[in-house]
Amino acid sequence: MNVVLRVVRYMKPFWKLETIAYLCMLAINGARLISPRLIQRIIDVGIGQNQVDVLATSVLLLLGLTVLQGIFGFGQTYLTENVSQGVAFNMRNELYRKLQSLSFSYHDHAEGGQLLARATSDVERLQRITGRGVLGLIDGVILLIGTTIMLFRMNPLLASLSLLVMPIIILIMRFYLVKVHPIWRLRQDQTAQMTSRVEQNLRGVTVVRGFAQEHAEIARFDEVNNSIYATSMRAARASAFTMPFIVFLAMISTVVILWLGGNLVVSHTLTIGALIAFNSYVLQLVNPVRRIGMLLTVLGESRASAERVFEILDAKSEVENMPNAMPLGDIQGEVTFDKVSFSYLGGKKVLDEISFTANPGQVVALLGPTGSGKSTIINLIPRFYDVSSGSIRIDGQDIRDVTIDSLRNQIGIVLQETRLFGSTIGENISFGRPEATQEEIEAAARAAAAHEFIEAMPDGYKTGVGERGETLSGGQRQRIAIARALLMDPRILLLDDATSSVDTDTEQQIQAALQRLMVGRTSFVIAQRVSTVRQADLILVIDSGRIVASGKHAELIQQSGVYADIYYRQLQPDRAAVPSEVTP
Amino acid sequence: MTFNISTSSFRGPVGRMGGYRDVTGKVFDWEIMHLLMRYLKPHRLAMAEALFWMLAGAGLALVAPYLTKQAIDVYIANHDLAGLAQTAGLVLLCYALAFAAEWRRRIVMNKIGNRVLNTMRGELFRHYQELSMSFLDQHGVGTLISRMLGDVGVINELLSQGIISMLSDVVVLVSIIVVMLMLNARLALLTFTVLPLMVITTAIFSKYARRAYRETRMRSSILTGRLAEDIDSMRVIQAFAEEGRMSNEFEEVNRANRDANISAIRLAAIFSPTMQALTMLSTAAILWFGGRMVEGNVLTVGMIVAFLNYTSRLFQPIVDLSMVINTWQAAMAGGERVAQILQLEPAIIDASDAMEIEDIEGQVEFDNVSFEYIENTPVLHDVSFKIAPRQTTALVGPTGAGKSTIANLLLRFYEVTKGEIRIDGIPEKRITIESLRKQVGVVPQEPFLFPGTIAYNIRFARPDASDEEVEAAARAANIHEFVTGLPLGYETQVLEGSANFSLGQRQLICLARTILAAPCILVLDEATSNVDLRTEGLIQDAIETMLHGRTSLVIAHRLATVQHADSILVFDHGRITERGTHKELLAKDGLYAHLYKTQFLKPEVEA
Repeated sequence: MNVVLRVVRYMKPFWKLETIAYLCMLAINGARLISPRLIQRIIDVGIGQNQVDVLATSVLLLLGLTVLQGIFGFGQTYLTENVSQGVAFNMRNELYRKLQSLSFSYHDHAEGGQLLARATSDVERLQRITGRGVLGLIDGVILLIGTTIMLFRMNPLLASLSLLVMPIIILIMRFYLVKVHPIWRLRQDQTAQMTSRVEQNLRGVTVVRGFAQEHAEIARFDEVNNSIYATSMRAARASAFTMPFIVFLAMISTVVILWLGGNLVVSHTLTIGALIAFNSYVLQLVNPVRRIGMLLTVLGESRASAERVFEILDAKSEVENMPNAMPLGDIQGEVTFDKVSFSYLGGKKVLDEISFTANPGQVVALLGPTGSGKSTIINLIPRFYDVSSGSIRIDGQDIRDVTIDSLRNQIGIVLQETRLFGSTIGENISFGRPEATQEEIEAAARAAAAHEFIEAMPDGYKTGVGERGETLSGGQRQRIAIARALLMDPRILLLDDATSSVDTDTEQQIQAALQRLMVGRTSFVIAQRVSTVRQADLILVIDSGRIVASGKHAELIQQSGVYADIYYRQLQPDRAAVPSEVTP
Repeated sequence: MTFNISTSSFRGPVGRMGGYRDVTGKVFDWEIMHLLMRYLKPHRLAMAEALFWMLAGAGLALVAPYLTKQAIDVYIANHDLAGLAQTAGLVLLCYALAFAAEWRRRIVMNKIGNRVLNTMRGELFRHYQELSMSFLDQHGVGTLISRMLGDVGVINELLSQGIISMLSDVVVLVSIIVVMLMLNARLALLTFTVLPLMVITTAIFSKYARRAYRETRMRSSILTGRLAEDIDSMRVIQAFAEEGRMSNEFEEVNRANRDANISAIRLAAIFSPTMQALTMLSTAAILWFGGRMVEGNVLTVGMIVAFLNYTSRLFQPIVDLSMVINTWQAAMAGGERVAQILQLEPAIIDASDAMEIEDIEGQVEFDNVSFEYIENTPVLHDVSFKIAPRQTTALVGPTGAGKSTIANLLLRFYEVTKGEIRIDGIPEKRITIESLRKQVGVVPQEPFLFPGTIAYNIRFARPDASDEEVEAAARAANIHEFVTGLPLGYETQVLEGSANFSLGQRQLICLARTILAAPCILVLDEATSNVDLRTEGLIQDAIETMLHGRTSLVIAHRLATVQHADSILVFDHGRITERGTHKELLAKDGLYAHLYKTQFLKPEVEA
């Protein structure tokens, strides 16, 4: 569908307000067209012919007209903003919901910053254009037409000469913007480049200083910094000329009116009041006309914004509920992979015919190098992606036949990269079950060995988590994530047993919490440590998307060279483990 | 004739809200002003020029309405067409000159502003290169960047625009008032009666508008923050099936943003018409009283026109002046933050008698070194050891034992709290930092690459290295084959965050970088992350090549490294608890033996 029409459709719910706003705009233009004539009357009749009553009534009328204009002006501005803010509001909600419904494969490819920019600045641009933008354009055109008619009726010769500059102003404005927009964009890019230079310089500070490369870095920075200066000056030169020049053009018009109009007054074809009215007409037209030139340019850019926004709204989600999907009832927790293959969008196969069964309550440890497919197996169970072929069954039911919500509600996830929200610690723990009571939250925190440090915080469970959880240490965040999963009381658990740099005590607590978490649940663990694989009921060694070995530790350590290699080289020991316990 | 009756719309405290910032600090501070003026000093001449053009423009703007009055009262009234043409020509000249003055003024002012911006940014960046590591740790990259973008920006706004336009506003205001009083004092005073009303209106609206627009900016940043966070957390939201609740929460945030914007616009929608009505009130006064005076032959029609003309330019400066205070406040706040950084002394600088070192043997000695990042929380206690030239020493111990601190101190990223570090017997403090770091190469644990090409990254430590040298280094680091296999080879771009290379590949590129730097002493923090077995082999191999013939300090995580080391230092809680060779330490059956059994078991070697 046509992009423009589609944007207009967002205004439809507000058509009543919009109509009133446009009526206000028409009324204002009426007043603008009458006012100069009133002044003419004041000067020619009121003052020129010494009629005090005409002077009085006209001045009062002028004041009245201004008051009316003010009221309509308020209505126009306020209502238009109402409509356009409403459009932005609806658009953002729609975008948000859409982004939530899009599967992981969409988010893998989309850049977070891009999505954010579309939901903020692109929507804002559309908000402006649907509101003040289009209104200003129509307003300018109506005033231009109305003024032209009035002026031609007063004096065609003077009218055509004094209006001559208007199309020129439109053209110059357009020409200027077409020229200067790429320069602005260039400056934006260069500023982004500079920001990234500084950022990388600071993040890589050990490398920069370690190799004593500060001078080279300064030279590189200066280069970007100077290019920003050059670009800014290019833009400045263009606008330093254009803006005063447009004013100058308008002034040429007034000089024409003064000279030619003066001649006409002398030859009695024009009154002095009409000359002054002429002048006002032309001057009040300058800004609206300049706006026309501007809006014509902005319109094109809004189109690009609209296309970017609709691109998200039109994206197809890979993972959707089947039309006849049923909620997943209470489950035992048996998980079966049946010849599951998977490849990311257009990519090569990440999983190749994976088959295994995890019985209820079992712990399945996944082992293998980075990129072998371990995480993919974990991602397929809650349907973050759908299998390319084969099937995954829970208690014998294909997971594509049940509703996504009901499936995910039975699965708890603790991954290494712990995402917390900017709300309170308590709210983060109850994220998956907002209705949980304070007692339940505390119980979960206790089980996750988090209760103590939470209580020690100034506001306890009400302590705010800084943006991206920065006020908490890695170990603390991890324990909150464990509590969050515990509170869900899921039948199936997906986790990563890595402990990010924490001290020995904390690590033991986290390990213990993870152990408690796994009891009685079917658990899939991306194993990073010795203790996990040793107690696993089933170890799957994955390499290049295939299971290359599977079984229990005792069997595998004897039979599988690959397993032994990974076991010795890559797994982390438990620091607290007594040396004699460690094999071989 | 420039008056404009019915539609003069005001750029008011509401119309130009972008200029408002959330500051409620001092409007003026001599100390900060002094610092800021330093940046303007080199531009004194340009400032004078801008001021000149500004005054010229303001003057010409006063002349044109007067000439117009003359045209109407004298030449049109007396049917003097030649005089009319001449006056019209003069008016045109006035406008042309005013245009030229304005054009020049804008260019000069922009030049000053952008130059100052450029200088301040350059100075900040240079300063960042010298600030202590602990300062950078504390402040975070985001803050330092926003000093360079936002704070410097508002300062520049004041220096380049604020000061001159404030002067300009005052000059215009005063001169219009004077001219009007001179033309007709009675009518002028009548016109001025609206002035107090305007000032009061503007003041009141400024107050509310500031609050309203602060609210919109707050709401909008909450909205953006929320969106950013939720887009980032989309996986968690989906994993916990909380889409419905999160949508509702977002809708609330979204609604608050919309409502704040609408109520701010409501203020603007009231302000502009009110000011227009007040302007019209003065216009009506001029027409009515002026008209009565014309009838009494005290005044001419041309004079009325001139009055209308001057009046139309009288009010914008008032509105503008009411806004300048915000620019000052913002600039003072920004200036204070920038000054805080610029006034910081770099923690580590060359001593006055510091010497360059070159062609060193590579002997490293720690003599009773103690160190604390935070006062009274020592990380190292009296650490002493000596590494003979071309020997490899492995540092082993649990996380937090102080191994990385040893590396940081050797590179002089931090200053020792007590004791001394010596290179070839020369105390580090007597060596220039640059020459020290040219001799000590580093391979960080997290392989860090800069955005740029692969070649750029390998060449980082030696930008003048030839292509052959880069390639040789890459070969030595076992990465040449991989790089030449890429479509763009060494010219392949490393994306931000190095997302287009695997961890192992990044490690290899970092090794190539260090190999090319050819340092005499090497600090290597071995990576702990899992990479696939083939790459692991390549890395091991490259590290062995690199260590050969160099004095090396390795924070070791791999068995092979430890076994090949000439000596091993075992760290625990900031002290060296054991030292010796692999065999000796195993025999001791202490912490090392324990760590060895639990951490670096590799059966082929062991069995």
